[in-house]
Amino acid sequence: MQPINQFTGVVCPLNRTNIDTDQIIPKQFLKRIERQGFGQFVFYNWRFDDDGNKREDFIMNQPQYEGAEILVAGENFGCGSSREHAPWALLDYGFRIIIAPSYADIFYNNSVKNGILALKLTEEEVAVIMERSKEEGYRLHVDLEEQSVKDENGFVAHFDIDPYWKKMLLNGWDEISVTLTEEDYIRQYEEKVYGQQYS
Amino acid sequence: MTKKTVIEKIWENHVVNRAEGKPDLLYIDLHLVHEVTSPQAFEGLRISERRVRRPDLTYATMDHNVPTIDRHIINDQVSKKQIETLEQNCREFGIELADIDHPDQGIVHVIGPQLGLTQPGKTIVCGDSHTSTHGAFGALAFGIGTSEVEHVLATQTIWQQRPKTLQIKVNGKLGFGVQSKDIILAIIAKFGVNAGSGYVMEYTGEAIRSLTMEQRMTICNMSIEAGARAGLVSPDETTVEYLRGRRYAPQGEEFEAAAAKWLALATDEGAEYDKTLEIDATEIEPQMTWGTNPSMGSGISGTVPSPDQFEREADKESVRLALDYMGLEAGTKLTDIPVDFVFIGSCTNSRLSDLRAAAEVAKGRKVKDNVTAIVVPGSQTVKQQAEAEGIDKVFMEAGFEWRDSGCSMCLAMNDDIVPAGKRCASTSNRNFEGRQGNGARTHLVSPTMAAAAAVTGHFTDVRQLSSVN
Ligand code: SF4
Repeated sequence: MQPINQFTGVVCPLNRTNIDTDQIIPKQFLKRIERQGFGQFVFYNWRFDDDGNKREDFIMNQPQYEGAEILVAGENFGCGSSREHAPWALLDYGFRIIIAPSYADIFYNNSVKNGILALKLTEEEVAVIMERSKEEGYRLHVDLEEQSVKDENGFVAHFDIDPYWKKMLLNGWDEISVTLTEEDYIRQYEEKVYGQQYS
Repeated sequence: MTKKTVIEKIWENHVVNRAEGKPDLLYIDLHLVHEVTSPQAFEGLRISERRVRRPDLTYATMDHNVPTIDRHIINDQVSKKQIETLEQNCREFGIELADIDHPDQGIVHVIGPQLGLTQPGKTIVCGDSHTSTHGAFGALAFGIGTSEVEHVLATQTIWQQRPKTLQIKVNGKLGFGVQSKDIILAIIAKFGVNAGSGYVMEYTGEAIRSLTMEQRMTICNMSIEAGARAGLVSPDETTVEYLRGRRYAPQGEEFEAAAAKWLALATDEGAEYDKTLEIDATEIEPQMTWGTNPSMGSGISGTVPSPDQFEREADKESVRLALDYMGLEAGTKLTDIPVDFVFIGSCTNSRLSDLRAAAEVAKGRKVKDNVTAIVVPGSQTVKQQAEAEGIDKVFMEAGFEWRDSGCSMCLAMNDDIVPAGKRCASTSNRNFEGRQGNGARTHLVSPTMAAAAAVTGHFTDVRQLSSVN
């Protein structure tokens, strides 16, 4: 995965709570066997009508949010299914950063593992960003090392992140390789519980 | 000795390594695999030239995409490709597979327990959020994403932050005609869709203890709808008796030894939880949802609420959007809402006892003319067992369609789709927008409530129906 540290991008506000993964990537697109190419389907039923035409009133379709790389949303973002197609689609569409007051647990894990920084700010802070990002070209600057989010008009917020996830994201590490450096522990466990080793 | 919950006991038994500043590395005892969330994981293994560490602890089936009629005709080429990919991957990596022709094929969360693969004390994962179902056995079972599927295939372990524990205590006895589905829907309606975020839940209390294993599975299944990755019930005699004689469970003397270990995993009297929520079973009536997430529901005697009844701006807005999507007016009595489709199936409610209960209601009645009602058994074994009891006949005589097993209309990835604007009484677990088809309107209910809706043409308090009979 791609490492991430400092990032500046245009913000797109999606002011809904409990946005579920069925909305992020509807099931008709889960049949593909690749990881790539899901961006065109992100929020499909909100972006397009039944005939496949763009819904002009949907926020992501408005010209000012074209090319937005930071998505801000309401609480419990990514609830529902465990489909990793959701972060794949968000990433492929161009979102590197998500900001919300809270996330569903599985979605959060899935995002981190794909190098998406899903960061938590308070409801009040999210509300400020929602409001300010109505303005065309509103950008945020995110600094993972420093755990901060800033805009050009004096808004500053700090976020917490698990130190382990932080390290993974900063370095863009492949988790399996990291785990295999601990293979001795796995062997010991297998020896103890299963009475034999498997590698 | 410190008193521990079942959650802590299982956790401690599986820690491979624990180090400062990192999550725990946990060993996984059972990895279930299906066609939708695994292809990219196997592809990842191939690219990095890795193998599956424990094919013997991995078991695969196909359920999400499979047709429930004319099983061998998969018109959708992309679906077909996904199914063939799983076959290839299982062959290549040496994984046991219950494919479309296999007598054990079924929804992954139905067959795991049925085969006895699911056992107390195990850590169980699957690339599917309803893996929580297996928690009914006192197993620590949770859904994972595809990157984690690849990680488990390669290492048989997973990194996990120690979860907080949440006790959901269901006091008292369930009333007449109230199902276990109603308990979990009532819990979610009361505490919300993220009550369990960051927690593993344990269901306790008199009402839970008296449930059968299949009923407990229905409850644990929907833990994820309350925000928790996993939800368990402490193992007891009911658990042990369910597993006795099952194919992958220990046999003979080994079984007795295992049973003693399983029972010892139950939460110690007086163990502490990080949080406890309580609900009174006697106050739970048959439930249904009216909105677009599982917490938007109430007892069947209720009415569709108005956005103004909610305090927070965000809630008002989501209720407004939900009513708009669902085509409902505030103040409408739930029993006045008509149905077009009825779906009895899914990993929540497609087991033999679910079908029996629904058939009991359907018996001697007729599905209303304008209603399409389908019954999709959770596995081919359930289907066979039901047919042996004549349940298929009861349903078909009443005008229900009787299908082969799979996920079917729960997520409408195959041809079982609810058309836009149509309303479905569904025994599944998610009423999200578009879940059962683009524009489809889902109302979650129990199997008996679904059958009652089919034969009356609108949502009905099944208890009244029974008393007429
Ligand atoms: S029945 Fe529905 S919820 Fe269950 S595994 Fe299949 S798609 Fe998922």
